[in-house]
Amino acid sequence: MKISVTVNGHVYERDIEEHWTLLRVLRENVGLTGTKEGCAAGECGACTVFLKGKTVNSCLVLAAEADGCSVETIEGEARDGELSAIQAAFSRHHAVQCGFCTGGMILSVRDLLRRNPTPNVAEIKAGIEGNFCRCTGYLQIIEAVLDVSGQLTTATVGELRYV
Amino acid sequence: MSENANRSEMKSVGVSHPRVEVVGKLTGDALYTGDLVMPGMLHAKVKQSPHARARILSIDTSKAQSLPGVHAVLTGRELDYRLGLYVVDKDILAKDEVRHFGEAVAAVAADSVEVAARAIELIAVEYDVLTPVLDPMQAISPEAPLVHPDLGSYSFVEAAFTPQPGTNIANLTRMRKGDIEKGFAEAEWVIEREYTNPSVQHVPLETHVTVAQWKAGDEVTIWTSAQSPFTVRDLFCSAMRLPLNQVRVVVPHVGGGFGGKAGIHLEPLVACLSRKAGGRPVRLQATREEEFSLLPCRSALTYKIKTGVRSDGKITAQQMTMYWDAGAYADYAVNVTRASSYSAAGPYEIPNAWVDAYTIYTNKPYGTAYRGFGHVEFFWGLERQMELVALAIGMDPLEFRLKNLLQPGSTTLTGEKISEHSGNPRKCLNEAARAIDYGRLTPEEERRQERTGRRIGKGLATLHKAPAMPSFTATAAVVKMNSDGSVIVNIALSEIGQGSATAVGQIAAETLRFPVARVKVAIETDTDKEPYDWQTVASKGLILTGNATVLACQDLLKQAYDVATQVLRCNPADLDHDAQKIFVKHNPDASVSFAALAIGYAYPNGNGIGGPLVGVGRYVAQGLSNLAKETGQGLPALDWTYGAHGVIVEVDPNTGEFDILKIASVFDVGKVVNPAIVRGQCIGGMIQGLGTALCEGYIFDEQGHLLNPSFTDNKIPTAKDIPEQIESIAVETPQLDGPFGARGVGEHPMISVAPALGNAIHQATGAELMHMPMRFEDVWRAMRNKEPIDNWITDSPVGSCRSHLESSRPWLDAGVLPEPAPVGRG
Repeated sequence: MKISVTVNGHVYERDIEEHWTLLRVLRENVGLTGTKEGCAAGECGACTVFLKGKTVNSCLVLAAEADGCSVETIEGEARDGELSAIQAAFSRHHAVQCGFCTGGMILSVRDLLRRNPTPNVAEIKAGIEGNFCRCTGYLQIIEAVLDVSGQLTTATVGELRYV
Repeated sequence: MSENANRSEMKSVGVSHPRVEVVGKLTGDALYTGDLVMPGMLHAKVKQSPHARARILSIDTSKAQSLPGVHAVLTGRELDYRLGLYVVDKDILAKDEVRHFGEAVAAVAADSVEVAARAIELIAVEYDVLTPVLDPMQAISPEAPLVHPDLGSYSFVEAAFTPQPGTNIANLTRMRKGDIEKGFAEAEWVIEREYTNPSVQHVPLETHVTVAQWKAGDEVTIWTSAQSPFTVRDLFCSAMRLPLNQVRVVVPHVGGGFGGKAGIHLEPLVACLSRKAGGRPVRLQATREEEFSLLPCRSALTYKIKTGVRSDGKITAQQMTMYWDAGAYADYAVNVTRASSYSAAGPYEIPNAWVDAYTIYTNKPYGTAYRGFGHVEFFWGLERQMELVALAIGMDPLEFRLKNLLQPGSTTLTGEKISEHSGNPRKCLNEAARAIDYGRLTPEEERRQERTGRRIGKGLATLHKAPAMPSFTATAAVVKMNSDGSVIVNIALSEIGQGSATAVGQIAAETLRFPVARVKVAIETDTDKEPYDWQTVASKGLILTGNATVLACQDLLKQAYDVATQVLRCNPADLDHDAQKIFVKHNPDASVSFAALAIGYAYPNGNGIGGPLVGVGRYVAQGLSNLAKETGQGLPALDWTYGAHGVIVEVDPNTGEFDILKIASVFDVGKVVNPAIVRGQCIGGMIQGLGTALCEGYIFDEQGHLLNPSFTDNKIPTAKDIPEQIESIAVETPQLDGPFGARGVGEHPMISVAPALGNAIHQATGAELMHMPMRFEDVWRAMRNKEPIDNWITDSPVGSCRSHLESSRPWLDAGVLPEPAPVGRG
């Protein structure tokens, strides 16, 4: 079947098979590989994208469902070569290690901040609960979100303590 | 090399510089192996065994081969190659017998994943299902069927390992220090317990993935998510009998490793599929389920410890017996056994010690390296044992530990003498205690206890680990200067998230006295282009590659100075440099820029001298030795990183439910190269350690089927699972031979998290936890009736919290186990 999907503002018309997932079409047919597959079962969040303004696990969405819709992926986060505020905060706070979860994590954070511009720590944890990260232990990600939402204080800034 | 650390004003080392590769990871541009698309690339799938142990009677691939779109079908019979890191015991595809659930028996390469999957379904395998050997404690009984009847014919690394042919023992490592009988005779108390933990999956977010192309003329290129590009190449060539210069291994960004991507995994199979498909590139990515059973896990361990102690708290003797469940193949498990043996007593001085460590074959997915390399597993038992010994003799566990800790002048199990430069385990433990207000409840905690009705407990645990590696492990770095004075560093460490590339960049910048921005560390490693490195494992990268980088930068500077001496017509002793130029110290106006020297200096008349500046640094571990097979004496440790964890836990005394209120970790890292990266390793390791401590582990049924190969049934920590407070603390006792005094800390944060938690729960409730993970129901059971809490093999009591099961395992009594084979080839 033929679909037309707007990804990060560009229209893509593709001939696909009905059972193909949005994740597959984004990676293999559109050529945007920043969206990752971690489990193919909707559990790890590495494939998070925006579909019609809401975050979804793109491994669980058929590409056919996105026909005529707008999709935003991690490749659309930076604008004109400049990192977004969320990306810059992730860099400052070392909220990235292997990077495989990072794209999905950033989109979940963007979604959280759109719904709740000043989330507290519990709300941040709930907002990224669906995005597994095996490397960072999440804390530096939480600190990056506190920073980008203007809530970083001397009490919440995390630092290595020397003794 | 730590004399460099004394320079008063370091500008690059010690700074939280952003990660050098971060932008690509933030924008989605960073390419991982699974993102690569090669012209003509085929897609592979694997047929896995549904049985833990079975004879393969026949495999019919005819229907699969005739399916349109299928380009290659392989079975084990066509592949006359055997692989193995230390014991060469594994076929690429199972041949006559399958040895674990999920083992690969056939594979297909086809135009698409769908066609490959359909072809796999069409392959018919006829099995004679046999009773599997699942329990390692039963597997070493004389009556147990043999997982590898041909063990005696396998080649193995004789300097380090001792397989026992005719048994399921892939390796037996022994350590002997002092006089164990005399030590126990001096003891006033003898405490003997048994501690267990199950197999665990690494769970990198990126599953294993390989693209390989085996072209005509036996030219092979392998793109793979691997921690060890050179080891992949060398083992591949050894198995395939190819010269090393015909095989190229490329490692792009890697989406997490944790040891699971060390060694060699999918690469030989994918390359053989490519060869059979006429040289088309072939891609195979493990599904998440395959990651649990096709690929290896962490070995389960049963650790028996018998400690003799005086009433004043001094340990007089300790007998330690480890039963490592290797699973179906030896892979890294034999070396996990060896490394754990020489570390087995922890950072304590045990005057009389005895270790027997068995690596045992069973019919389960096999064990490999996993962050901590055995130490997460055995420190669970060791640090619970130290707690129980202290409580048994009525001494505070912190005081007991401090009394027995290593100190300058102490000797380790292998006879290594500890010095004041080795690191400071005492400071680590004391600071961990301070960070949790150990030994008392704060007024706030008292109020909280009253308010909630829950009990607050505090626990501590120490740890140490040295890199487990060959005694002569080596690496090199190449630093190349560009014509604008910037440099590129080539090393063969895989950047798997640990931050080595950034740290190496900072070390290079500090050595050159350049800003970090002028230093690029190449991320994608390529065995055709990068200088040799053994593997990205063992927390050895910072020391070995860091040192090689320092030397390479010094070499480059010497070359630049040599040319500058001619240009400036001066004695080299009169030269100095800043970030931009080399100048004459007593006449700074006489100078020449690095940019002018970088690719050869040109005089105004056009004459050229010098040439491109390329610095080379080589570094090899020095002074290490093989361990004597009968006693374990020798020098295995490049360096020791010491540490300690403190945990505050709040437990519901009725239900066993608990929350971790705080975890604090202290490591003596020698010198912090990048504080934010050290902290990131500490926090990430702690949380991965909590996963092991709280919820992760393989569950098998009685036939050896893995029951939980998914995130639904094998939970890993999410953001909601992390403790309320997490603190990371650094001690800096310089490592004399570390770059700027630094030593590694990649694995250590995962070690001893579980016993610190177990000790805290014990203190809060009296629950004598002997098995991890510690689920709420386990705590509940342990609080009530001390029932066996192991159900990780569903039909077996083995692994119980009780220590008096010997009567059901008479072969464990002294003298009943098969006599060890003589040293060398069995």
